[in-house]
Amino acid sequence: MDLLEFARGPGLAISFAVFVLGVLWRLIAILRLPPLRDLSPAREGAPSRAAGALQAIGRGFWPRREFGGTAVLSSLNSYVFHIGLAIIAFGYAPHIAFIRRVSGLHWPALPDVVIYLAAGATICTLGLALWARLTQPVLRRISRADDYITWTITFLPIVTGMAVMMEPSAGVLARDAVVYRTPLAVHLLTLELMLIWFPFGKLMHAFLFFFSRGATGIRFSHRGVEV
Amino acid sequence: MSTQTVTARPGYDQQGDQSDSARVDAALRSFVADFSVTAALHMESCVRCGLCAQACHFHLTTGDPKYTPVYKLEPFRRAYQREASPFAPVVRALGLARKPSIDDLHEWQELLYDSCTMCGRCTLACPMGIDIAELVKEARHGMFKAGLVPERLALMDRTARQWGSTATPGDDLADILAEVSAQHGVPIPCNMAQADILVTAAPAELGEHTKALADAAKILNRIGAKWTMHSEGFDASNIGFNNGDLELQEKLTRSLVDTAVKIGAKTVLLPECGHAYGAARWEAAKWYGNALPVRIIHMTEFLDELIAAKRIRVKPIGASATFHDPCQIVRRGGLEAAARRVLAALGFELRELPDHGVTGFCCGGGGGVVSNQRATPLRHKVFDLKRQQVEATGAEHFVTSCGQCRITLDMGAQHAQWDKRAESLLELVADHLAD
Repeated sequence: MDLLEFARGPGLAISFAVFVLGVLWRLIAILRLPPLRDLSPAREGAPSRAAGALQAIGRGFWPRREFGGTAVLSSLNSYVFHIGLAIIAFGYAPHIAFIRRVSGLHWPALPDVVIYLAAGATICTLGLALWARLTQPVLRRISRADDYITWTITFLPIVTGMAVMMEPSAGVLARDAVVYRTPLAVHLLTLELMLIWFPFGKLMHAFLFFFSRGATGIRFSHRGVEV
Repeated sequence: MSTQTVTARPGYDQQGDQSDSARVDAALRSFVADFSVTAALHMESCVRCGLCAQACHFHLTTGDPKYTPVYKLEPFRRAYQREASPFAPVVRALGLARKPSIDDLHEWQELLYDSCTMCGRCTLACPMGIDIAELVKEARHGMFKAGLVPERLALMDRTARQWGSTATPGDDLADILAEVSAQHGVPIPCNMAQADILVTAAPAELGEHTKALADAAKILNRIGAKWTMHSEGFDASNIGFNNGDLELQEKLTRSLVDTAVKIGAKTVLLPECGHAYGAARWEAAKWYGNALPVRIIHMTEFLDELIAAKRIRVKPIGASATFHDPCQIVRRGGLEAAARRVLAALGFELRELPDHGVTGFCCGGGGGVVSNQRATPLRHKVFDLKRQQVEATGAEHFVTSCGQCRITLDMGAQHAQWDKRAESLLELVADHLAD
């Protein structure tokens, strides 16, 4: 078994299992805690708990203008990063072929040029995020090892992916055999590293944001406040 | 806005004679006790984006990164990670989160008490929706257990535990009310055996703000309400809520509700006080269960309801006004529209502050900061932010609906030699009652 076979076989299975079990463990450990029931009478005309939660989840997708340009720039950077990453992960033809092989699911791919642009934009946003974290006094003060580990683990699949994008995706898919076995194995292993790290660091915000915003929405809508 | 760093006087206060290790243990036990699902979700969700700093008046006016709201929770977070988080055993075994030390708790006393008003503006800025103000309140529970509270607040705590009020013993209430009554020429019933409304006060209304109390009496008498104040439950400004003293918070809350039940009152009327509203309106029920036996309302709601029901009429003032939204009443209380309806009834041309309503800036004195003289330099910096915003409106009147905000703003104005004073919404209504 060479490195690529390991990455495609046991490596993928183990990392996916850690991802699923870890995410479930963290979510269940939090959600099994007792709720702090708000026994006060709700404000007259307050929306339902579900409506309050959904309002807050929706409201959190864009900062209020009162919080200034930093909030807008940070949000824009975040949107470009997340959208770029989604385009790369789910729009690149070889990625779709990989997903089809392991799950049977597939969809039309985006043109390579879109992927190249998305990768460029995503790398730029990661660079900006790191620059801000290293230079802004507030971010320097509050940053922890998780922030730098997560940044690195997010960055690695993108750069290792760029390293194997040596020809158009049609050419890659036309071949039966993988030419760049080791670089591809490294790329896949960085993805698996991300899956393994996911439940333990701040990548979990992908799941937690929904609950966190929703809980605040329930608390405040009960009082007649739109957060 | 200046970004010069102004820091509250370095140092900390401590109460009692616990050893350092006993203080740490007491704080940690409290930090991790009774973690609810919401608190845990909020502890887990932070991505360290730092946007909460853009909402905090203490950070904005000093530029000091230590005032970043989520940073104020650092010992609390570490305790959670070590003791209560989903991977706590791993965190402890690998030493991934250092156990908070006594030095940490000393250092964070300033961040939790001097430079946080629990106003919750950061909650609205957080893209993850983390209610940082509520977590600060929970962290204060641990600091109180450890005897690590600013001494001025601890002194008020001891007073309230003994008297049931930070202002006066209940035994003296009748005499004080008789003086206020004589001074303002308005009857103020005290200790009536039966009443429909139990009227409560903020400590300042028994001292420098007696006009507000007399004006409440004037309105209640005008509508012919059967009301009383009562020596067994009269101080609504719950110092236990601010200090993190849960026992005192319960005791003070129960004194109001139990007294109301005893005299057959269906309503507890809260004064123009923000934290009184937070403690009584939203937290009283947790001591009683679902069926809170009385309705608890803020003075602003009361005025709004009286005007809407045409039980009182007011003469229009016909001037411009701007309104300072008290955090606990508006952002964390939901009474933004009620205050504006009363202002409209008074005929004001309302000129909103650049930041108003749920995103309005705190006066800088909430959460006990107004009473914590150590924080005075910081408070003055925050006041300057409010002063600039008020001046930008060009409004003739500067109105608010919280006595503690008024005290904070008046102290700031005095320090800045600013001639504008915050006016009470209640007093404006009382002064302009139509015949």
